[in-house]
Amino acid sequence: MGLYSSYYTYGLPTFLAVVTALYLLFTGSGEAFNVGQFLEETSPYAWAATGIGLCIGLSVLGAGWGIFITGASILGGGVRAPRIRTKNLIRCVSLQPSAFPTSPCSSIIFCEVVAIYGVIIGIVYSARMSFVSPTLIYTRENYFTGYALFWGGLTVGACNLLCGVSVGIAGSTAALADAADPDLFVKILIVEVFGSIMGLFGLIVGLLMISQASEFTAAVAPAVVSPFVH
Amino acid sequence: MEALLFNVSGGFLEGIVRGYKAGLLTQNQYNNLTQCETIEDFRTQLSATDYGNFLANEPLPISTSTISDKATQVLVDQFNYLRSNAVEPLSKFLEYMTYAYMIDNVILIITGTLHGRNTNELLQRCHPLGIFDTMPALCVATNVEELYHTVLVETPLAPYFRDSVTAADLDDLNIEIIRNTLYKAYLEDFDAFCQSLGGPTAEIMHRILAFEADRRAINITINSFGTQLSKEQRAKLFPTIGRLFPEGNNALARADDIEQVRQACEPVAEYRAFFDSGSGAGRPNGQGGSESTANLLGDLGVSDELGAAADLEDRFFVHEVHLNKLAFLQQFQYAVFYSYVKLKEQEIRSLTWIAECIAQNARDRIHDFIPTF
Repeated sequence: MGLYSSYYTYGLPTFLAVVTALYLLFTGSGEAFNVGQFLEETSPYAWAATGIGLCIGLSVLGAGWGIFITGASILGGGVRAPRIRTKNLIRCVSLQPSAFPTSPCSSIIFCEVVAIYGVIIGIVYSARMSFVSPTLIYTRENYFTGYALFWGGLTVGACNLLCGVSVGIAGSTAALADAADPDLFVKILIVEVFGSIMGLFGLIVGLLMISQASEFTAAVAPAVVSPFVH
Repeated sequence: MEALLFNVSGGFLEGIVRGYKAGLLTQNQYNNLTQCETIEDFRTQLSATDYGNFLANEPLPISTSTISDKATQVLVDQFNYLRSNAVEPLSKFLEYMTYAYMIDNVILIITGTLHGRNTNELLQRCHPLGIFDTMPALCVATNVEELYHTVLVETPLAPYFRDSVTAADLDDLNIEIIRNTLYKAYLEDFDAFCQSLGGPTAEIMHRILAFEADRRAINITINSFGTQLSKEQRAKLFPTIGRLFPEGNNALARADDIEQVRQACEPVAEYRAFFDSGSGAGRPNGQGGSESTANLLGDLGVSDELGAAADLEDRFFVHEVHLNKLAFLQQFQYAVFYSYVKLKEQEIRSLTWIAECIAQNARDRIHDFIPTF
């Protein structure tokens, strides 16, 4: 990294934004920057589709990130202690009868569950997207649905991203600790369970956010007074 | 933040090195080894550990130097495996680790060449971890000037020579002073590199390297009592990255006896404990290995001082083992590689000590090694 790389990353976009803003201002077209008009003009489809894309994209990013972090450590630790492979990849073999019953899941499965949450939300959100002609789509309810799908998707995606990364790092430590001492695996798995609950929270909140959003419906044509009625 | 991307290039090797560390000898295995009656028993016991059958093809009777060489070869094989699988910046880190052995090898070759020894014999006595491609070129040089220029061009240690040693120095100054000058430059460079890596690597490596720097400063001071080394010369050999820098280094430079060395180390709590005499901490005599600072200029004279110096050396080893074990408590950093090599070396020293005691039938001192776990 160069000495002034932070200057480039923060300075250049700021500079461009300031130049564009001043240009608009000084050429008398400052009104062109109109947030309200932008929000009204943008099709709710754009918001909805972007939200669903972000949801599944960020969830898969989080899951993949977590899986590679854990996987690299399982590979390394498994050379000397091959017994850790099954436990960390597929299921944990020992279910302690005394402790509270842990679900038969391993680090990799916890990470992947995060991606599944993203898929579930993607499917649920897609059900809200139905075809409406472009002239009839701009109703208050459709705006709300569009925004709800966007921000809901972003919420779920961000939650799953961070959850996947956290479970992945904990899984990597679990694999190496298991290779050193087999008793440690179940204990560290409990940490991962709490980490993966985060993704579940994201799922719940995402579902709540669109609970009031109806699917896209065409605007009802306003009643026109008949010219024949006096 | 280092946890996010460390595993991309370093995850597999970190798992490997932790697997190696799990194979280090435990207290139980050391106990079994100390109870062996003969070297053959010793070999059988070792075959049950991670060493396996590394002595299987040796004809009896096996000498302790063979055991030491073969054990070192096991470590070298493991290190080369790590090195061949590493990418930047881990490959650079592992390369820095080899420079310490390279310094020893280069000094060995320079000394041998200036005294007209056989090339092959010199190359055979070099430490395998410090071998670099252009080493035989060093043996070809006939006079000092040529040697200096060869060293500057051919070796990876060129920057350390360039900055601190001149051609005239190679001739006049004692070879040990050159070794310590090079080592000081190497330590400071290594520490700067680790700091540039940032994160937990920088933190842990700085702790370990700072102790190494202080240890060398103390050893240089103690070994220079009663020799012709002037205080200015002595001060120039102290690395600047230790916890005793700068006041402790200045005090050590002015010291004339052990008492003043103890006072110089007062500010650092851990070092104070090294000078407590007669306490149960640390073991009386350890394996010296190839410590280059042990005999700086001439011998130490009084045997009482020799015993005390050996005791101090032992306590240094104990503390070093402690710091290296701590490195394994953190994940996603490179210090585990350095610590593993140091711990393995300590284990090889202990094994050699035990084998020596068995071979010479000195069973009363067989427990005077430093165990790692």
